[in-house]
Formats: sequence, structure tokens, C-alpha cells
Amino acid sequence: MTPKRKQKLFMFLGLVSLAAIAVGLTLYALRANINLFFSPIQIAAGDAPFERQIRAGGMVREGSVYRNPDSLDVEFTVTDYVEDVRVHYSGILPDLFREGQGVVVVGQLQHDGYIKADQVLARHDENYMPPEVAEALEAAGYSPADFQQKAAKIAERIEEGEAQEGASQY
Amino acid sequence: MQIQMIPEIGHFALVIALLFAVVQSVVPLAGATLRRPLWMAYARPMAAGQFLFVAIAYAALTASYMLDDFSVLNVANNSNSMLPWYYKFSAVWGNHEGSVLLWSLMLAGWGYFAVRYSRELPRDMVARVISVLGMVCVGFLLFILVTSNPFERLLPQMPQDGADLNPLLQDIGLIMHPPALYMGYVGFSVVFAFAIAALIGGRLDAAWARWARPWTNLAWAFLTVGIALGSWWAYYELGWGGWWFWDPVENASLLPWLTGTALMHSLAVTEKRGSFKSWTLLLAITTFSLSLLGTFLVRSGVLTSVHAFANDPSRGFFILMLLGITVGLSLLIFALRAPRVSHKVGFGWLSRDAMLLINNIMLVILTVTVLLGTVYPLLLDALDLGKISVGPPYFNALFVPLTLLMCVFMGLGPISRWKDTTSKLLIQRLWLAAAVSVVLGMALPLIFAERWSAPVAIGLIAALWIVLPMVRDLYDKTRHSTSVMAGLKKLSLAYWGMQLGHLGVAVTIVGVAVVSNYNIERNVRMSVGDHVSVAGYTFTMTDLASRRGPNFLADRAVIEVQRDGSSRTFNMHPEKRLYIARGMPMTQVALRPGFFRDLYVAMGEDLGDDSWAMRVQYKPFVRWLWLGGLLMAIGGVLAVVDKRYRRLATAPDPEQAAATAKPEGKGREATA
Repeated sequence: MTPKRKQKLFMFLGLVSLAAIAVGLTLYALRANINLFFSPIQIAAGDAPFERQIRAGGMVREGSVYRNPDSLDVEFTVTDYVEDVRVHYSGILPDLFREGQGVVVVGQLQHDGYIKADQVLARHDENYMPPEVAEALEAAGYSPADFQQKAAKIAERIEEGEAQEGASQY
Repeated sequence: MQIQMIPEIGHFALVIALLFAVVQSVVPLAGATLRRPLWMAYARPMAAGQFLFVAIAYAALTASYMLDDFSVLNVANNSNSMLPWYYKFSAVWGNHEGSVLLWSLMLAGWGYFAVRYSRELPRDMVARVISVLGMVCVGFLLFILVTSNPFERLLPQMPQDGADLNPLLQDIGLIMHPPALYMGYVGFSVVFAFAIAALIGGRLDAAWARWARPWTNLAWAFLTVGIALGSWWAYYELGWGGWWFWDPVENASLLPWLTGTALMHSLAVTEKRGSFKSWTLLLAITTFSLSLLGTFLVRSGVLTSVHAFANDPSRGFFILMLLGITVGLSLLIFALRAPRVSHKVGFGWLSRDAMLLINNIMLVILTVTVLLGTVYPLLLDALDLGKISVGPPYFNALFVPLTLLMCVFMGLGPISRWKDTTSKLLIQRLWLAAAVSVVLGMALPLIFAERWSAPVAIGLIAALWIVLPMVRDLYDKTRHSTSVMAGLKKLSLAYWGMQLGHLGVAVTIVGVAVVSNYNIERNVRMSVGDHVSVAGYTFTMTDLASRRGPNFLADRAVIEVQRDGSSRTFNMHPEKRLYIARGMPMTQVALRPGFFRDLYVAMGEDLGDDSWAMRVQYKPFVRWLWLGGLLMAIGGVLAVVDKRYRRLATAPDPEQAAATAKPEGKGREATA
């Protein structure tokens, strides 16, 4: 081989091995880190895997939030108004976390049927329902609009109550 | 009533600007093709006129905000009479319509300045560049007028008061972050236009690269600042101390930054050695396309985040079309014309050319991995294959090792020479730097930290490996001068820009490595009198009270902080605010910033019985993240103001002539 060819061969081999490493790493990392979304209906039906990182979402059921008085442990129920799933979390809940509002939790489903959450994400949605949940309801044969209205009513009632409470506070 | 006229004036000005843009995109290009000087001469006045009228429209919208004209839908949705004036001013771009208008204003502005500072360029080149920019302007102005008119009215029933600006956006970070980011995004349109003009004209030489370089560097510097500001804003505004989330919206800004970085380096090779031409063009097209993709991701509502204002599918569709047309057309032109401008120049595998090639390949691989992680969930969702999200571990697992690998070559690149370097020279210059960085990198965490951490040591080694060879290079470059100062003065600003840019990368790497591994976070339940110890600091809650702000109510804690072994104390004041107009709660973080550590206290939630969940964090070296970004940006700007770009490009200096002459002559066989 001429030096020039040799150089080209080295270049080529280098590029191929770099690309191979990159592709391998990418596929491995992507497979290991995909979080699938499940609604309470799907979890109740047994679709969700146990003890693997998943995302689950729905509304926080009214009156279901329980805080341990001595620590930052908190439990609450996530519902799509058809099925419920209990969530355990330790730490600080996001600012927008409220009863009757949409929430998405990232965590592992335990064999006892509750989700051990690492992360709780709350979002103020004008439909009072995360879009994933609305779609899951539709897929299960329900009409999301009915549930959105229901969720909106509950959320309004809670908000009114809070507004009165807030007014008396200040 | 004059105030009520303002939005109509703005709307009308936008329509006129669109007409200017249409003329600008057609006439000069036709003139360049048909060789009609008069038609080409349209480029300058049209670009100026368009800029003027978009600026009028923008001023009109700002005026409506400042004067609380709630008959304008956009103002009613995003402002409030209680809002302080500076937030009214920045609320203009805190929403979809206004931010697209700002985008267009900047686009027109870049176009105008590209015209102003290109007097020494050949006329046909200017005409083509301005025409291409005009086409992009037409796309965006049409987008505004058709789908996102910021001047839409709420007449005759106008609301009494506005719905207020999202409290998350009422912040100094938001005043500065989007304009800087947009300046970067939009700035790449100039180099994109240069690339398309070069392809159409079939002319791509060192002079071309020399014109394109300052524009690229400037856009890149703005983008860097924009990304750093966004990270800083997220750090203190979202209330939990994260500084990068691998959120699709953040990735959207990182993607053009990565290819933009590759472009800067590739342009250097094109200017100095006359090679990498097609590659440079492709990067220019890619970078601008990724800027558009970023705009699409953020503006179309396919992502749910603070940034996604709009949920109107027609808008997403419009930007997607715009993206499709831009990418499709420019790649078509590239495929048809690139062979005409390409040029093969040989180089050795230890040369600076090769190092920069590797740098480019690595950056493109990084871009692809980030793009994959960002777009894959969207694709699956669009194809109805399930809702997934790709978490930070994916990005970390790929980004970190690839970046470290790139650092190896960042140490070698600035030391190696164009065309070929002998391995003897590299070893002779670098063995000391390599040894010192390994020893220091291992030792520093051992000396200064309580526990040794391998990732920190690796990060420090990488950072030192970037910095030390550059110090060595400085030494080599100055030692033959009469004095060190005289030697330093001889170095060009562009060289200093390169040095600073690389130093910035090293500083950021140190910040990332240290804060990721030595960060201490404690979430605790606190009431008045309680204290918690974190990293040698004692935090005591001494008071809890409520207060009223201009447009919010707040619970406010007073936290007394004392460093162990010191008698001095200081107070920190975290708040939990409730913004009245939207009824939206917000965490206001208390920060004690420092060069080597930040103390971070945030109020979580009210737990009843006068106690609060508190988030207390010790964040070492977190400032270095953004300091590094700032250094990179300053480096970029320094390279722009280098005086060689101000010399007449039509009269290349001898070094330049030599570099361009070689490829035509024996350069091809140089390495054989």
C-alpha cells in the first residue's frame, strides 16, 4: 500500500469505528431510557410493567392528598375518573400541584399497586386534563369531553373554596 | 383617539414590510442572474425599507403594551395594568405573536446590517445574499400576517384589564434570554444566505469564507449567551436548582449551537486552506434549518412547556411548510451546484485540518444524538405508536463521553499546524501538559473536596488538557519577542478569540463536573426556630411573614445563615408568591451567589401548622457554567472585531493569496 492509501484506510477505519461506537451507544441509551406513558385505566388493566421507569398521569383526586406530619412524604391518588392509582412521593411538590388538577408522575409501579414517584410534574391546562389522559380515555372507549367537564367542575369548585380561604388569609 | 390607531398603523406597516420583502427577494436575484446593475441596486434600499417598517410595527405593538390598550387581544392576554413598565416592555416577546414579530424584526435587522457592512463585496454577491434573506423574511412576515397577527383586536367588547403575563416570565432573565437566543437563531440566516448565494453564483473562495466568518461568529456568540441565560433563568426561576433538563425546548437551541460551532471551525479551514467547501455549505444550511426546526418545535405547540404558547395547529403546519421548503430547496441547490465549488486539498492525519475535521464529525454526531432523543418521541406520537419520553439519562450517557472524547482533540487542535504536523513536534510540545493535567486533575479533588470523585477528576483532566496546551502555545508564540508583553501584543484578536472560546469550554466543563457531583440538596420541613446544616453552613428559619408586591401576595421566610466556625451571619429571603391576576403560585428563590459556590434556598409548600417544606442546596462552581458561556461568547466577538476582517476583501494579504493559490497548484500532491 502506498502511504496515501494507508492514510486513507486509517481515516476510513477510524470513521467507521467512531460511527459504530456512536450508533451502539445511542441505541443502548435510547432503549434503556424510554419512559412509556400509562393512564390509570391502563395500569388497572395490567398493561404497565412493574418496577420499571414509567410515566403515569391523570387528575389528583379531590381530598386524596395525605402528608406525613413529620416528614416530606406525601401520598395522593391519580385518577382519570374511571380508575385510580395511588402515588407515593417524598419531597417538594411543584407549585402548580393541586387537587383536581392534571399531573404527570415519573416513577416505578410497585407490586402492591402503588407508584413510587421520583418526579411529579404539574401543569395548568385549560382543559383540566393532560392530553395523554384524554387520549387514553378515548382509546378505552370513553368520551373525554364528559370527563373534561367533570374535571373542570371539580377544579372550579376547589378553586372557589381556595379563593375564599385565601381572601380570609390576607 | 390616537391610542386606538396605533395597532392599525402597526398592522399596516407589517403589510408594507411584506411588500418590500417580496421585491427584495425577487428583483436583486433576477438582476444578478441577468446582469442588470439597476435591478441589483434594489437590494440595499429594499432591505433598509423592510427593516424600517418591521421596526414601526414592532414599536406599535410595544406602544400598545405600554399604554395598556386591552382592545388588542395580544395585550389583553399577556399584560395587566398592574404590571411594572419593564415587564410590559418585555411581555411583547413573552408570547407567540410578539416573539415571532421580534424574530422578524431581528431578521430584517440582520439583513439591513449585512447590506451596510458588505460594501466591499462584489455587487452580484450582495444582491444574491439580500435576495435569499428577503425570501426568509417573506416566509416569516406571511406567517405573522396569516396565522399569528399580534394586532388582532377585541372590539367592541374590550376587557377592563389584561390576564397578566405568566409570572414565570416576569423576570430579568426573560427580558434578556429570548432576544439573545433569537439574535443567534436569526443570525445564522446571514451565513445561510451567503451559502446559498455562493452556490447560485458558483463562487466560493477564501474571500467568501472571510466574509461569512464574522457573521457566523457573531450569531454563534449571541446564541451562546442566549442558551447560557436560559440555563441561568431556569436555575433560579423554576425553583429546584436544575440548570439543564434536556427538555426538548432546550435541545432545540442546543442543536443549531452544535452545528454552528462546527460551522465556525469548518469556515476556518475553508478560509485558511481552501478545503472543506461543500461541508461548510452543508453546515451553513443545516445550522439555519435547525434554527427553523427549533422555532417549529417551540412555536407549534407539539411540545408542552413554558415556551409553548401556541396550540394552534395551523401555525405548526405553516412553520413545518416553511422548514420543508427551506431544507428542500437549499439541499436541491446544494446537490445541483456543490460539485462546482468543491475542491480537494490533501492534509496529514495529524494536521490541524484533520483535528478540525474530527471536531466537526464529533459535533455532528452530538447533534444527531440530541436530535434523535428530541424528535423520536414526537415521531412516535405522530405515527400513533405510543407516548414515550426520553429522559436525561439517555442524553447524559451519550453527550458526556462524546464531549470528553472531543476534548482530547481540542487539546491537540490549536497546537497542530495546517496541512501536516509531525508526531515528534506534538509529543515534544504536549507531554508536559498531558502529565500536568492528569496529575492535577486527580489531585485537586483529593485536596479540596471531602470525597474524591472519579467524574470530577475526569472533568478536571479534560478542562486542564484544553487549557494547558494553549498556555504552552502562548509561551511558544511569545518567547522569541523582546518581552512577554511585546509578544502578547503581536497576537491577533482572532487568536485571542480562539483562546477565550476554548477557555470558556474548559470553564463550563469544570462547572458541570463539579456541580453535578458535589451538589448537596436537602429537602426539609422547617418552622420558625428550626435549623438545618448543609455543607458546613447552618440555615435557621428566624421569621415567617406575608407581604404584598405590586401584582402578587407572598409568604416570605427569613433564613439566617451561618458558616461553621465563623461568627458572621447573613439573611436570605425566599418567597412563595401568588400572582393575583392568574391565581398562579410561584417560588421565588433566595440565592447567595459566589465564585466557588452558591447557596440556594427555596420555599416548597405550606405544610400547615406554620411549617414549610424547604429546599436547601449547596451548589459548588455552578457559576462557572455560565461564566464559561460568557467567555465563549466574548471569544466569538473578539474574533469578529479582528482587524483583518475590516481590510478590503478584494485585496487579499500575502498569506491569504498563498493559501488560495496553493490548491490550484501543487497543494493536491502536498501530502503524497
